Amino acid sequence: MSTLTLSNPPRSTARRASSEWLALPLAGIALLALVILLALPLIAILGQAVHDPDTGVWGLSQVAPILASPALVQQVKNSIAVALTTSLIVLPLAYGFAAALTRSAMPAKGLFRALALIPLLAPSLLPGIALVYLFGNQGVLKGLFPDGIYGFWGIVIGEAFYTFPHALMILVTALSVADGRLYEAATALGAGRVRQFFTVTLPSVRFGLISAAMVVFTLVITDFGVPKVIGGQYNVLALEAYKQVIGQQNFPRGAVIGVLLLLPALFSFAIDHFAQRRQQALLTARAQPLQLRRQPLRDALAFLFCTLTGGALLVILGTAVAAALIKLWPYNLSLTFDHFDFSNVDGGGAQAFVNSLKMSALTALFGTLLVFGAAWLTEKVGVARRLQRPLHLLAMLPMAVPGLVLGLGYVFFFNEPANPLHGLYGTMTILVLCSIAHFYTTAHLTAVTALRQLDREFEAVSASLQVPFWLTAWRVTLPVCLPAVLDVARYFFVATMTTVSAVIFLYTPDTALASVSVLNMDDAGDTAAAAAMATLIVAASATACLLFAALQWLLLRRTQRWRNPG
Amino acid sequence: MNPSAGRNRYQNTAPQALNKRTVENAKAPMHRDLPESLTMNSTPYLSLSGIQKRFGAHTALSGIDLTIRQGEFVCLLGPSGCGKTTLLRIIAGLEGMDSGRIARDGRDIGRLPPAARDYGIVFQSYALFPNLTVAQNIAYGLTGRREDKDRRVTELLALIGLPAIAGKYPAQLSGGQQQRVALARALATSPGLLLLDEPLSALDAQVREHLRGEIKALQRQLGVTTIMVTHDQEEALTMADRVVVMNHGVIEQIGTPEQIYRQPASRFVADFVGQCNWLTGTVLSPGQLRVGDGIVSAPAASEFASGTQVELFLRPEDVQINPRWEPSPNSALAEVQQIELLGSLYRLTLSVPQWGNLPLLADISHRQLVQLAIGDGQRLPVQLPAASLRCFGTAEAA
Repeated sequence: MSTLTLSNPPRSTARRASSEWLALPLAGIALLALVILLALPLIAILGQAVHDPDTGVWGLSQVAPILASPALVQQVKNSIAVALTTSLIVLPLAYGFAAALTRSAMPAKGLFRALALIPLLAPSLLPGIALVYLFGNQGVLKGLFPDGIYGFWGIVIGEAFYTFPHALMILVTALSVADGRLYEAATALGAGRVRQFFTVTLPSVRFGLISAAMVVFTLVITDFGVPKVIGGQYNVLALEAYKQVIGQQNFPRGAVIGVLLLLPALFSFAIDHFAQRRQQALLTARAQPLQLRRQPLRDALAFLFCTLTGGALLVILGTAVAAALIKLWPYNLSLTFDHFDFSNVDGGGAQAFVNSLKMSALTALFGTLLVFGAAWLTEKVGVARRLQRPLHLLAMLPMAVPGLVLGLGYVFFFNEPANPLHGLYGTMTILVLCSIAHFYTTAHLTAVTALRQLDREFEAVSASLQVPFWLTAWRVTLPVCLPAVLDVARYFFVATMTTVSAVIFLYTPDTALASVSVLNMDDAGDTAAAAAMATLIVAASATACLLFAALQWLLLRRTQRWRNPG
Repeated sequence: MNPSAGRNRYQNTAPQALNKRTVENAKAPMHRDLPESLTMNSTPYLSLSGIQKRFGAHTALSGIDLTIRQGEFVCLLGPSGCGKTTLLRIIAGLEGMDSGRIARDGRDIGRLPPAARDYGIVFQSYALFPNLTVAQNIAYGLTGRREDKDRRVTELLALIGLPAIAGKYPAQLSGGQQQRVALARALATSPGLLLLDEPLSALDAQVREHLRGEIKALQRQLGVTTIMVTHDQEEALTMADRVVVMNHGVIEQIGTPEQIYRQPASRFVADFVGQCNWLTGTVLSPGQLRVGDGIVSAPAASEFASGTQVELFLRPEDVQINPRWEPSPNSALAEVQQIELLGSLYRLTLSVPQWGNLPLLADISHRQLVQLAIGDGQRLPVQLPAASLRCFGTAEAA
């Protein structure tokens, strides 16, 4: 048979991929959703800050007196002192840990990495509670802090626990992109280890260090969970905003402080953005991965360092778990599950935990859909690509907006009776929407990175073969991006499960949340119950991580055989 | 079914092409057909007119006019950034044009979406779907009954000479195999037009050379009109029926490979498609020029007025080395400065004192090198065949 007489290819001419025009309105809807979920609430809080409700005058008339009050000046100073001290403690620790993970040949790296990320599974209130049990008035190690843990050092230690994994992840990334050839060249030129550190290592990670410092600083400045639990009389800015709104219902003053909190966040966002761009330029395509050789002394030191740091993290987590299980600290040390019965305490009890699970699951589901849908349309589908830039800009915004500010913005925007979306206020829906917006940036970046790893001509090839764009998404794009999809869903779930900052202004008695109830129970003096709820949150987050890992493993085995073909 | 039919067919046609070529022009360096000798109708199949494309302040394409006949293999050749890929993407509908018209079989397709244009495309990266098997990749654009699809895939795998790889994933294939699978996928729906965007540039030199022949043979066998973008002049010269040389968004020359190589229309084309010698001279009288202290006659210069400065162009293989010095037109003594082995031939770098110490490249065969006993520093009589000299005004050369 001659190959010249080819059979007629089976193909229907009726099927056309001209359905592509659909992509533009779809991407437009996603963009509109982000405008409503992000831009408008922010505009609302800015408006609130510069609008005097009594006189109806727009301007800085009400801002000036608030800024000038001595109490606020002191709070600003306190916030900066805490943030700077925490950064100075966390950065060296995280750098050492990251260096041990990436630049040594020590054993059990996977275990240490998992250990270091534990704080991500817990609400920021957990370290506060643990510190009370460790160093508080009846603490085990009370003697270490004779003046009491409540105040500056309590906040710093709690924040250090809370921010450690954030700094670590950035530094691990920065340290992973080493060019082995540079070290070989330095060695060949006779540079010693100290000189190599200052001439090769430090320049390559300095932007990572800046970035990590900015993240830690911003997280500390905007967090009110730790100061709420362990701050005592030491008042910081974020806590003040929370008190103004929740305690005194003074929304204008809360708005002004919120906008104030936006400033360091925006500043560090700008610096970080700049640093990231420079960091990327450092890694050339010809870089050779660093070859790690065993060095007993270095590896032993690295192992010791990681054991101590990781051990400290474990002690804090373990204390909270122990607090949840011990009958009555310090008088009756027998174990009990009584504290997990929340029926006699404030804060919503077991229903709050169920609500949190529901909110996290819904956020994971719809957040992943929105993030991947929007990223896919604007990255891959011809006509929708013109919306790529505005979408990206909006998607980067949440990183610069503290949850507290976002939550206040939601109050001002959705609680406005004239708003047609007013009906959402006080529902589970608004909690989910707020959480999606709050954690959008990281999810978006993950999605975009995964999508950009795909050959950019897949859609062009499909169009030439007259296959509609959504079929290619289903058959190729989604299967190839599946690990990233699961990553994003897991991230949404865990972040939503542990968050306090944005949702604390939005929940109602019907939609009480686990992380918020930790705060309320602690406030009411039910510290053991708070510890129990915090433990439940950690357990739920950890279970979710394990489930996602199992799901990923199963899917990789079942449908992703092409990744490692035999 | 003969899995290697494509290759066999090419081997059958190649000697004929060689014979024809030998009759027409004994010096022709390439063994290939002229497009006129192909059985094709000469009405334009695809015609582009006045295509204009800007990216911000940068003009990517301006005033592109091109007609392509049914069954023709056209190469868009040029350096990176010349607009050749943009032009291909405009033809494919992947990029919009600012103005201009694209007609196919008389029908305006310039504003149609890619899916409505009926073409197959192979990208430099191949863009094979990594999570689909070879068979699934090839069948991607096919619709209808499963057995029809399977039959078609089997045929195409046989056509590309890889019958046994249907169940493999792209990551399991070599670069050359991936390239052929991408080609099969593009051809699966029997498109009227095949677009190839630098399809060979990601491959090793040997595989590339082999696939050149395969693709060309396949294209001729199927008679599919093909446009290939490449920056490799050798690829363009060996594969194309016609070559379109582009630079800075405009077409410099359209012609058969012979025309492009032997009669470049501009200094850019001459430089881009091969090595050349450039001699700066002043026209003395029609056909006579002063180069350095010598006189060179070149009929091609007769269209230039006396006193104008011109540049003479000559390929290194056209420089003639004589066994002994005889006073004859366009001859001079040259000193050998460097001898370089290029593989099948030697390239001499010569310096000619009489022509103003002009550096001159000359390609000679191994046999010639031995016969003339050429060595470093030696003096050789060289001659420039007047008929081979082409002449460009210096304004154009600048």
